This record gives sequence, structure tokens and C-alpha cells, in this order.
Amino acid sequence: MKIKLKIWRQESPDSKGGLVDYELDGVSKEMSFLEMLDYLNTTLIERGEEPVAFEHDCREGICGCCSLFINGRPHGVGAEITTCELRMTAFENGNTIVIEPWRAKAFPVIRDLIVDRSAFEKIMQAGGFISANAGAAPEANSIPIPKELADEAFDAAACLGCGACVAACPNASAMLFVSAKISQLALLPQGEVETKRRARDMIAKMDELGFGACSNIGACEAECPKGIEISHIARLNRAFVASAF
Amino acid sequence: MSTFLGASIGRKLIVAVSGLFLILFLAVHLVVNLTLLAGQETYNMVAHWMGTNPAVSVIQPVLTVGLLVHIGYSAYVSLSNWRARPQPYYWSDPAGGSTWASRNMLLLGGLILAFLVLHISSFSIRVKLGDAPMADIGGVMTKDLYAMVTARFELGWYVLTYVVAMFFLGLHLAHGFHSGIQTLGLSDGTWRNRWVLLGTGYSIVIAAGYMLLPIYFFLRTHSG
Repeated sequence: MKIKLKIWRQESPDSKGGLVDYELDGVSKEMSFLEMLDYLNTTLIERGEEPVAFEHDCREGICGCCSLFINGRPHGVGAEITTCELRMTAFENGNTIVIEPWRAKAFPVIRDLIVDRSAFEKIMQAGGFISANAGAAPEANSIPIPKELADEAFDAAACLGCGACVAACPNASAMLFVSAKISQLALLPQGEVETKRRARDMIAKMDELGFGACSNIGACEAECPKGIEISHIARLNRAFVASAF
Repeated sequence: MSTFLGASIGRKLIVAVSGLFLILFLAVHLVVNLTLLAGQETYNMVAHWMGTNPAVSVIQPVLTVGLLVHIGYSAYVSLSNWRARPQPYYWSDPAGGSTWASRNMLLLGGLILAFLVLHISSFSIRVKLGDAPMADIGGVMTKDLYAMVTARFELGWYVLTYVVAMFFLGLHLAHGFHSGIQTLGLSDGTWRNRWVLLGTGYSIVIAAGYMLLPIYFFLRTHSG
């Protein structure tokens, strides 16, 4: 099939970018979305043009590397998928596909569709860890943890850190990301003790890096490839309130 | 404490607490309004009691401060949220599960504020300045607020503005109610849908309750 593409091209962080039109013939429905971009880049290289820069790694939805805003939605159409899991079966012959990078002050564009997401690492460094020296792995049954809590912590730990929540949020807020990281630690006994400090420090860093504030819109949850729920944000809010006392 | 209230969540807590306080006030205001249906004497008596009750004179400045804080902090938070995305998307599809109201709370708040200016200038200020007709209740001369209110509700443009404003208020509350609860951290996976349902129900009752009176008095006057 033949598709039309509008892709954000930007040479460097400081240069002015813009949407560039491409027409791509010979796209197969069997291609993944990233394979379609690989195919586009092959044709661009053959024509002597610069290929489109985009991030990808595992291509099986677990690394959190891919990050495209496709037709107005992070990771494109489809519930709980990453861009690499998006197939060209989602599109029809003659469709126009608009591809933009994540847009947030805290995620500056490096080149074309690649943004700098190191802000997430900085938030983690501010408090997303357990500072107690836990020593060697304890015997598994020595700290009993209710199944429900273990499950909830595990659900939160599924966060890839891809940044789709920030991209989807009209406020470019990182609250879903921060709350998932808070939950995965706060729900378990080893992490629970530092919850207040963690919430305060991670939020302070999030604010400092220029992310917006959550206004409970819910777009993050709807677009999260791992289905992280905003009930984690309520837990983060509770931890933050508790940090004042 | 300054780092607590200065943080994004701290600022939102202020918006949430002031908002939930105003939400409670709306219910009290509606109950007072509904006494209009009991007739001129009852309404004027309630209004007279409200006007002379010392508790009301304490609550009034608290309410004013609550409102100003809610407006000020909402605007402040929204402004910093705009700064968080300096370059907008070429194409943004909000299909992903968020309501229109949740994305336009500042706009809705602004429209409600515009109505509030009209509302306060047409009632409260006139009453405060003594520019109100008088009525005789059991031998005591009091301000005839009933006549004032019902006269307003005979004006088509005012009734229409009122009803539209209450529709906006309903939308604002439909998001604001559960959003405030969530910001306070009083929600979880189980309670979340209950709060949304309760908030939606509450906003419908409030909006419909306020709309009822102008429509009723307008129709009563104009149906012959």
C-alpha cells in the first residue's frame, strides 16, 4: 500500500524543526510500524537524503526505548502497546500518518524524533531507590508479603519509563511515572520506610526539571503501554501529604 | 512548610481544599435558594435571618478568601502547566479517555467567574447598598429580596445566562469533585469509580437544582 507521512525533522536541539512530507510506496500490512520507518530510511539513504532519527531497541515492548507520537497519540492507536508493537494493519492504503516527538520542556528534542528523557533518570536519582544496605538476598519466606500488595507493586514496576504519560498529559506532567516508582517501593516492606522522603525528593526534582502538575485528567493512564493506573498517583499524593508531618 | 506548599502537589492541595470547601458551600446556597419555592414570606424570613446571623458574617470573609485562593492558585498551577509544554503538538488526539471538562477546567472556571461577577453585582451588592425594596414580615420591615430575585427571573436574558452558567458549573464540578479527592490522596483502585459516580451525581443535583428556580419563575410569569 501507499502511505503519506508527515514527520518532524530537526537537525539539532537548537535548530528550528518542522514537519516534512514523504510518500512511501510498497508498504506491507505485515510490517511493524518501526519496520515501515526502517523502509522509509532505506529509501531516503538510497536517494542520498538523511534518514529519520528515531529511538528503538528491543522491539518487543519491554525496553521503553521507542517513543513516537503517532496521529495525535503516544505509541499510536491501540490500547497498552508501545510503538514497536504497533503494526501497519492499523492503517489503510492512502492514509496520512503524522509522527512527532514527545513534547515537553523536560524532554528536549535531540534530533528528529529522538528526545532526551534523562530527566526521568534524574528523578530516580533524587529518591527512587532504597538506601538501606540490604545485604545478601534474604530467605524468601522470612518477610511475608500479602499477594495483593505484591501484585500491585509488580503492576507498578511494569512501568517502562518510556514517557508516554508525559507525552499524553496536556500538562506534560510526570506524575504517573513518579507514582509508579513510588508504589513499586512503598508497597513492599523494604521500601516502605523511606516513602515520605522519597515522595518529597522525587516531586521536588520533578518540579525543578519543568514537568507540569497533575490535574487528574487521566490521559496518561489511557495511553500507558503498561496500563499503569492513576490510583498510584493517589498513593503518591498521600505519601506527599504524610511527608509534611 | 514552604517547600511543602511550594511544591506542585502542595499548590494543588490548596486548589483541592479550597475547591471542596466551595463545593460544600454550593449545597448550602442551594438549600437557601430553594426556600424561594416556599413563598415570599418564608424566603424573606430566611434571607433576613441570614443577613443578621453573626455566623454568616464570619463565614462570608472565609468564603471570599476561599474563592480568591481557589482562583489564584488554579491560575498559577495552570500557568506553570502551560510552561511545561512550550512547543504544542501539530496533531493531538484526546480520544484516550479524558473528558472535555477535565482538559478545560480553567476555561470553565473563568466562565463561572464571569457569571459570579454578574450574580454578585445584581444581588449581593444591591442588597448591601440598601438598594432593595422593603416588605412587611409580621410587623417588621425587611428587605424584600423575594421580589428582587423573582423580578430578575422574569428577564429572559438573565434566565438564559443563569442556566448556561449552571451547566458550566456542573461540568466544572463533575471533574472538580473527584479530582479534589484524588489530589488529597483519598482515592484508590476501589474508591475511584465511586468518587467519580458520587461527583457526577452531586454535580447534576447542584446544576439542576440551581437551574430549576429561574426556569420555574420565568415560566410562572410568562405562561399567563
